[in-house]
Amino acid sequence: MSRQPAHPVALRDTRIVAGIAALAFVAVLIGGAFLGLVIESAGDFSGAAAAFDSYLFRVVRFTLWQAALSTALSVVSALFVARALSRHPVFFGRSFILQLFAIPLALPAIVAALGVLALYGRAGYFAGLLTTVGGENWPGVYGLSGILVAHVFFNLPLCVRLFLEALQTVPADQWRLASQLGMSTRPAFRFIEWPALRQALPGVAGLVFMLCITSFTIVLILGGGPRATTLEVAIYQALRFDFDPARAVALTLLQILLTFAVVALLSRLGANTAAESGLSVAPRRYLSIGRSETILNALLVMLALLFVGGPMMATIAAGLQSDLARLAGERAVHLAVATSAALALLSALLATILSVSLAMARRGLATERGRKNRGPLLEYLIDTGAGFVLVVPPIVIGAGWFLALRHVGSVFAIAPVMVVAVNAIMAMPFALRAIRPAYDAASERHERLCAQLGITGWARLRLIDWPVLRRPLATAFAFAMALSLGDLGVIALFGSDTLQTLPYLLLARMGSYRTADAAGLALLLGLVCFALILLADRLGKERSL
Amino acid sequence: MTADVPARQGVPLHLDRTTFSYGETSLAFDVEFPAGEITAVMGPSGSGKSTLLNLVAGFETPLSGNVLIDGRDFSSASPFERPVSMVFQENNLFAHLDVFSNVGLGISPSLALTPRDHKAIADALARTGLAGKEKRLPRELSGGERQRVALARALVRDRPVLLLDEPFASLGPALREDMLDLVAAVQTERKMTTLFVTHQPEDARHVAAHVVFLENGTVAAAGKARDFFSSNGPAAFRRYAGAMNER
Amino acid sequence: MRKTMSALISALALAVATLPAAAKDKLTVYTYESFTAEWGPGPQVKKAFEAECDCEVDFVSVADGVALLNRVKLEGAATKADIVLGLDTNLTADAKASGLFVPHGTTPALDVPGGWNDDTFVPYDYGYFAVVYDTEKLKTAPASLKGLVEGDVSQKIAIQDPRTSTPGLGLLLWVRSVYGDKAPEAWAKLKNRVLTVTPGWSEAYSLFTKGEAPMVLSYTTSPAYHMIAEKTDRYQAASFSEGHYLQVEVAGVTTTGAKNPLSGKFVAFMTSPKFQDVVPETNWMFPAGKMDKPLDPAFETLVKPAKTLAFSPEEVAKNRKAWVDEWLTVMSK
Repeated sequence: MSRQPAHPVALRDTRIVAGIAALAFVAVLIGGAFLGLVIESAGDFSGAAAAFDSYLFRVVRFTLWQAALSTALSVVSALFVARALSRHPVFFGRSFILQLFAIPLALPAIVAALGVLALYGRAGYFAGLLTTVGGENWPGVYGLSGILVAHVFFNLPLCVRLFLEALQTVPADQWRLASQLGMSTRPAFRFIEWPALRQALPGVAGLVFMLCITSFTIVLILGGGPRATTLEVAIYQALRFDFDPARAVALTLLQILLTFAVVALLSRLGANTAAESGLSVAPRRYLSIGRSETILNALLVMLALLFVGGPMMATIAAGLQSDLARLAGERAVHLAVATSAALALLSALLATILSVSLAMARRGLATERGRKNRGPLLEYLIDTGAGFVLVVPPIVIGAGWFLALRHVGSVFAIAPVMVVAVNAIMAMPFALRAIRPAYDAASERHERLCAQLGITGWARLRLIDWPVLRRPLATAFAFAMALSLGDLGVIALFGSDTLQTLPYLLLARMGSYRTADAAGLALLLGLVCFALILLADRLGKERSL
Repeated sequence: MTADVPARQGVPLHLDRTTFSYGETSLAFDVEFPAGEITAVMGPSGSGKSTLLNLVAGFETPLSGNVLIDGRDFSSASPFERPVSMVFQENNLFAHLDVFSNVGLGISPSLALTPRDHKAIADALARTGLAGKEKRLPRELSGGERQRVALARALVRDRPVLLLDEPFASLGPALREDMLDLVAAVQTERKMTTLFVTHQPEDARHVAAHVVFLENGTVAAAGKARDFFSSNGPAAFRRYAGAMNER
Repeated sequence: MRKTMSALISALALAVATLPAAAKDKLTVYTYESFTAEWGPGPQVKKAFEAECDCEVDFVSVADGVALLNRVKLEGAATKADIVLGLDTNLTADAKASGLFVPHGTTPALDVPGGWNDDTFVPYDYGYFAVVYDTEKLKTAPASLKGLVEGDVSQKIAIQDPRTSTPGLGLLLWVRSVYGDKAPEAWAKLKNRVLTVTPGWSEAYSLFTKGEAPMVLSYTTSPAYHMIAEKTDRYQAASFSEGHYLQVEVAGVTTTGAKNPLSGKFVAFMTSPKFQDVVPETNWMFPAGKMDKPLDPAFETLVKPAKTLAFSPEEVAKNRKAWVDEWLTVMSK
């Protein structure tokens, strides 16, 4: 009797097929761009070779250094803030804080930089105080400190939300157990929270690292001079000023390689602590939290809120000084709001679909591997590998596709498609981080049951996965949307007067002396983002609980 | 209830020289389970009880050998394709779905149910003493009730082989006895070839006609329950049961 | 003669190609964002030219001049652009080398400092780079580039990066043209006065208006915007005794545009008063040709450079990389 099934087991699982399709989509989008650039360079790689000089060495060193520091600061502080928030699942303003925490992602770097400077700059709110304390004129946060402050502003809220998502996969029963065993804060962290956090840690840290390694505007503005230059700047320069596709590709590959090395290191921090996760019978968590811890937690959350909210408040204050009534009446603004919202929603939808496919496929493969000793390469590619799209600069993807498509048809006609597609894959790693822990936990519980009952494909998605994943999906969707909403990299290449988003319009105003308008538009952008996040949150609310 | 279901013959189940390994442990089973009767699968922790059930259910694929159900080899079929229902120790239910849907999934994995199916589900719930609890969510049920839902689902699935992987381990003695009676009654009606993993000798004595005793990943002894529980039962089993009783 | 013939043939070809299409001929102009913005010259220019040519002008805009050239390079010979409007003299050598532009074949009446003799690109406006300062923060502005380089290091300036922006490159060339081979030494001193180096003009100017730095590298015409649009003379340009570096903005006809008879008409229109009247108060630059209406008096109050400094496009193209590298070496120390 034949032991071999008709086709490989992996392919029988539709989830894995979906994941491979998602991966293929990403590969085509990135690969096509590279191909376009390589063909354009027509075999002339002298520019690429010349790029590797001592200047590049210095750039690489600085890039890694600032990214590592930014990541460490963001992640470590977020661990504590997320923990504090998770210890108090109900308090007034909690969901507002979390919604607020999605907004920095949507702010264009220049808006955030101005927000940070409004506080800590030479002319910032704190300048007087800092001058009194320091004894001499406050020099502003320019330099590494400025870069770190801005990066933490961007990434701390992101990390907090992702870690919180991971903490929420801890079954309520474990909390009951903890309180029953009389676990105080320290052991509860060690035995319950830390394992869940540790599992999420490498992914989240990798994500933040990727964001920081590709930082461009923040590094240039707040870095204080060309000493603070990232590889991304060199790539941008190679394409924009020197128009040397080969060098751009070489530098991008270097960036991917460096990130790969760091992410590989980070993955050692994590541990596969797949715990048995039984059905949570407890309707809610039983926590006994001491008074002093409550105060400490409140303090932590307040600090984070001030740190993140400060630059946002400054942005709001600046925005309120603009002629908002006139702006709100402008047709160009209406159009930009509509365009931004439409593109962001589409990108977010695509990003979420891609991420769910990848999360499912990875889980499917991991389950598969448990039985057969299958090579984990595909699994790795699907999980972390897909995240590397983040370190491919949008300008590279955009330029590559321009070159690849120029013989085929009008680039303008496909501009909206490109914007949605590229933004979606850029947002995908964030969405994936939000979805994966919840999906894995749900799968842990449901896998055998689904296999036994033959619940697969669409039925499984509809009946089993969707109800459980509503909330993380909404988080993922909100992230993806905020990110696409704030995009300037992709739109800068594909934008035109027929395709203007809110950040694009903002930059245009800023570029023609209309700084007040730009401030008003930044406020508007924040509001649109907030409204869309509220919407996503509402969609994610579980009906029964 | 019994009127709807035609009297039937059970199917024989044969693990034909199956081997399996994970990590350092290797297991080998070559055992037949009598058709249409309850066999208690017993043995110390780590002896391979759950693995044996997983091989039958299709959660594990043997390295060699065949899983023969009614003479047909199912060793590489997916769990859903096998004529098998299984009740786990826990996680038998989808937490977000009510009792009715959890049972209904046993008939249609996409929950596309006909009026006849509705009737079948209602009957199965009535049979397992869950009438009126259709709309409850799993967390609103007691531990015993949750396992009854799983049994109800096995009823509507109506497969000839039933695997019970310590399903009542967490229930109290009185409740457990109720559940065992239910299993026995259902089994008599449906003539399912039932494998019942348990640590409790009295459970096995209560419902099982046969016993298969595992030790170190292989079958150490097999035979009729009354022989096992007599004073001249297999020595290995007596040691094990004695140790259990002392606890 | 050959030109007339080819123009005739291409006109015929175009007529045949567009026969079943709409009645109106179309001219596609690629330009930068602030040109086509509501407050920019674009809308008025479009209206005036369409009235004259009985055609339709289609503006396509990208972020800035550099992006503009890149866009055309990326599209190559298949570009939809007839006219590319918004390059500056630092980009024209590169643009010519791409082979995507054709000679304009006209001799427009121009008024550009230092004269004009480029056969491919036609200027439509110009301006001078200048250090703009906040009179409320800085009582005495530097009177020369030397004064800027050697002045009080606690009075900071926000500048742009020559690797990513046009004004940044402008300052680099300005320092070069004043200090020659001693430019690195000058930068080593100036470095201490630099608050930060931003990727583009907008970021630096935002820092300046937010009060982060009392000085910014911008244009001599910047104060005109604040005077006319905001009715304030708080922001002024400092007049430098060594002279100011010139930036000339130009347009050119692409190989695609060579087949469109409207291209030539547009180039001629561009240097005519109807176009030039619009430039000063929408693009905030000086007109490159004759105007019908007088310049706003505010423009008369602006800094008039003692001397116009400029490298030829060829010199810039040849040395840009070396000079930027040199700048990098000094600034990264």
